[in-house]
Amino acid sequence: MRAIHRKLWRDLWHMRGQALAVALIVASGIASFVTARSAYDSLWASHVEYYRAYRFASVFASLKRAPLVVASRIAELPGVEAVEPRVVLGVTLDVPGLPEAASARLLSLPDRRPQLLNLLHIRRGRALDLSRSDEVLVSVPFAEANGLTPGRRLGALINGRWQSLQVVGWALSPEYIFEIPAQGLLPDKRRFGTLWMGERAVARAFDMEGAFNDVSVSLGPGANEKTVIEGIDRLLERYGGLGAYGREDHPSHARFIQEFDELRAWGRLMPAIFLGIAAFLLQIVTTRVVFMQRDQIAVLKAFGYGNGAVARHYLSLVMLIVAAGVVLGIGAGLRVGRGLLDQYAEYFRFPQMRHELSPALVAWGLAISALAALLGALGAVRRAVALPPAEAMRPEAPARFRAGFLERTGLLAVTSPAGRILLRNLARRPGRLALSVLSIALAVTVLVVGRYFLDAIDLVMDVHFWTVEREQATVLFTEPLAARVRHDLLRVPGVLRVEPFRAVPVRLRFGPRRERTVLFGLTPGAELRRIVGPGRQEIPPPPEGVVLTDFLARTLGARTGDVVTLEVLEGSRTVRESPIVAQVDELLGTYAYMELGALRRLLGEEALSGAYLAVDPLRNQAFNAALKATPAVGGVSMREAAIRSYQETIADVFSTFTTILIALAAVIAVGVVYNGARITLSERGRELASLRVLGFTRGEVAAMLLGEQATVTVLGIPLGFLMGYGLSGLIARAYQNELIRMPLVITEASYAFSFLVIVGAAVASGLVVKRRSDRLDLVAVLKTRE
Amino acid sequence: MPEAVLRARGLEKVYRMGEVEVRALHNVDLDLYRGEMFVLLGPSGSGKSTLLNILGGLDVPSSGTIHFFDHDLTAADERELTRFRREHVGFVFQFYNLIPSLTARENVALVTEIAESPLDPAEALGLVGLQERLDHFPAQLSGGEQQRVAIARAVAKRPDVLLCDEPTGALDVQTGKLVLDVLARVNRELGATVAVITHNAAIARMADRVVRMHSGEIASVVANERRAAVDEIEW
Repeated sequence: MRAIHRKLWRDLWHMRGQALAVALIVASGIASFVTARSAYDSLWASHVEYYRAYRFASVFASLKRAPLVVASRIAELPGVEAVEPRVVLGVTLDVPGLPEAASARLLSLPDRRPQLLNLLHIRRGRALDLSRSDEVLVSVPFAEANGLTPGRRLGALINGRWQSLQVVGWALSPEYIFEIPAQGLLPDKRRFGTLWMGERAVARAFDMEGAFNDVSVSLGPGANEKTVIEGIDRLLERYGGLGAYGREDHPSHARFIQEFDELRAWGRLMPAIFLGIAAFLLQIVTTRVVFMQRDQIAVLKAFGYGNGAVARHYLSLVMLIVAAGVVLGIGAGLRVGRGLLDQYAEYFRFPQMRHELSPALVAWGLAISALAALLGALGAVRRAVALPPAEAMRPEAPARFRAGFLERTGLLAVTSPAGRILLRNLARRPGRLALSVLSIALAVTVLVVGRYFLDAIDLVMDVHFWTVEREQATVLFTEPLAARVRHDLLRVPGVLRVEPFRAVPVRLRFGPRRERTVLFGLTPGAELRRIVGPGRQEIPPPPEGVVLTDFLARTLGARTGDVVTLEVLEGSRTVRESPIVAQVDELLGTYAYMELGALRRLLGEEALSGAYLAVDPLRNQAFNAALKATPAVGGVSMREAAIRSYQETIADVFSTFTTILIALAAVIAVGVVYNGARITLSERGRELASLRVLGFTRGEVAAMLLGEQATVTVLGIPLGFLMGYGLSGLIARAYQNELIRMPLVITEASYAFSFLVIVGAAVASGLVVKRRSDRLDLVAVLKTRE
Repeated sequence: MPEAVLRARGLEKVYRMGEVEVRALHNVDLDLYRGEMFVLLGPSGSGKSTLLNILGGLDVPSSGTIHFFDHDLTAADERELTRFRREHVGFVFQFYNLIPSLTARENVALVTEIAESPLDPAEALGLVGLQERLDHFPAQLSGGEQQRVAIARAVAKRPDVLLCDEPTGALDVQTGKLVLDVLARVNRELGATVAVITHNAAIARMADRVVRMHSGEIASVVANERRAAVDEIEW
């Protein structure tokens, strides 16, 4: 090894603490990048391959009932490639080991022709024996959660009769990578699943011979999705079509894409923050190294090392630090990325999900880190190159201090000498001060934004599930039933209160805009299901006109007082002008509301879609048993059970996420404070030692040394709060969609948490440097020339 | 008259120190001859170091000319000066300026690796009597030993000119004499021109010629009839 290379390695070893701090920040940036991008690439590749291999359809439509010949008419529409008609129904299930009833979506599988679209992947067991009518395939999450191994049986309430079905296999479908109930917002693996059954068996059981009530369509090359959707809507109108929609409105696909976008944003934001800070720290560290070694640089030059060699030497130093960070970051990113993908695998079900790290990704990681390193070190290296050797031999002129801004403020007059030293040193390098404060602020921002997600989800859950929906159970009827069902439900053991409702799919029109939604008829004076926004003010269901979710009104471009056109999409297909009487800023879903009586008059019928129930928790068992035996009930959702199961699932994710946040923010805080204090100690070691000689105590000297970092931290934290709030606001604005409107809420607890993490990290790194300042060798420092 | 290795005419140097302007050299004419032992005397601030730095291509004059044989160094750019130093000049500094992270042998190798026909680092260290200390770091060596490493580093490339800035300035008498002895030996055995700057008048007795400087100007040039041996010198 050449002597100059040995110097490189030994210098690096000498500054290992600072090098490590910077390398860890680079590593955090690269790890975030690799985690997000590898998970992103893997999810993208998995879903593209899945959709292609299993022929995921492009357009979907539900309808009341149509003869199969209508399906062949859809097939003749220009642009349509394949048509898959089928029967889809909600059924109540009696799952062994589950006290309450579960519900499922039952789908027919063609048995007289090959299936064309939305093919199934059999994960376990076998495909259906189509000669038998009691066999079903079960969706994997539901089967796993309930231990429904092939060979086991479960009860299903089919057309009013309990029937025993045999599980023969576990299946995955590209339609349900994310499996949630039709009107539901949360997945509930134990209580909701999907079943597939032979077409003939389904048709016989539900009286759907020669007919279908659901259709999926794939498009040929160059087809126009919008035209096909319009064509399908036209054909199905007579048959109770509920409006066709494309993939972007497909619940599973939309949810998947949303997650995907989050991942992409994370993968861009985090590396930018970390590599920016790494560049800044490299800048101060290399500037200092070059300064400290200016006599060595002079010697190198005196003996004929050229500018190129000197530049290469110091750039190599920086690049080695960054390279260590990149290697560490890629390693950590791979691990975390694989963990993240495993967690995604709990939500999004694919036949296979391979975690891959493409060489291109590694190259990208290297390139962006090298760029950050160059950006940070270029100034210092240029200074090293430009350093005239003769000048470097002379001792440095005293650092320039002049009477300036600080003196004019009169602030110094009232501070102690130590305070003046602190203030003057801070004021002398305003750029470094600003960047240090910004770095700490970014660490705080990372924490605040991370906590914001948890706070917002908390608030959404709180408002929606504890204020808006307060029932213990919701029952959905297989067919809209007559009003007397209310009295039947009151007789079910344990039921304390019944609030029936009617829900119909509608299309709202205002000017040129149209939106599909569900119109709810709610009982006046309801206690279980109310119309409430985050302000918690209740709006009574109106006897005249409609109440719209604020987001829906805005999408339509309408406001309270405007008159919208209501098109009912089932039964009578009534069309009616109706004024918006109020808007409600609900956070989840988009709906329209009116009083139950008003909706009944609009529809011209007395039927009910279901009811919200309050149930005596002590009589849950009897309630569940009785409900299982009520044929008219097509589905039961147990709200609390769903929330609990959801919270259990995300608790893990949240705690991992919080740990990662703390680690990332602490890495920044430690990097900034430790490096800052080390640099100060190096720059002003002589000065501090002189102060000790003059009689200052270790504590006083340490206070002067760490005072700068304390100031940086104290200034950085409130700035970070502001930046975190601002960034959360931007995120909230980006999360305004039909499914969810993220509220902008950050709790005091989150601010306190961020504060504690940063202060803790800062104090810990300050103490490490203080130990060094305690050991200042007074005599040696004064004797040697700097 | 022996050939002039370095020839300076009308050198002026003005530089800024912080916010103060310092006139370091004024109208300096000087020749350095091949193989001579040359001592530059003067109190601190007289401009000795500035002159030495300009002679060694570490610095450029504000005006005036300087030639290395027939090469005009006045017009040389940074790259040419680097080559000049790499190929022809050795430096010894008052504070040794060893690289603290390299051993004695590696400090010398730092230079031999970029020179054309250098001595072996161990050989150069042998020349200064440090064959036993090859793998010691600067922090493990005494001041005199560090200065001898610095001399070994300077001579290992077989320079035409060896420029020494207060080589004994930080050393006690005994160690200083040891270092001077090494310089005399290098001058004798390698035939290099050795220029020593010092404020120690006693050292002047070992030189062929002595130049005195005062306030940036040359006050006198004296040729010694006889060069004193190092052990004849006391201070």
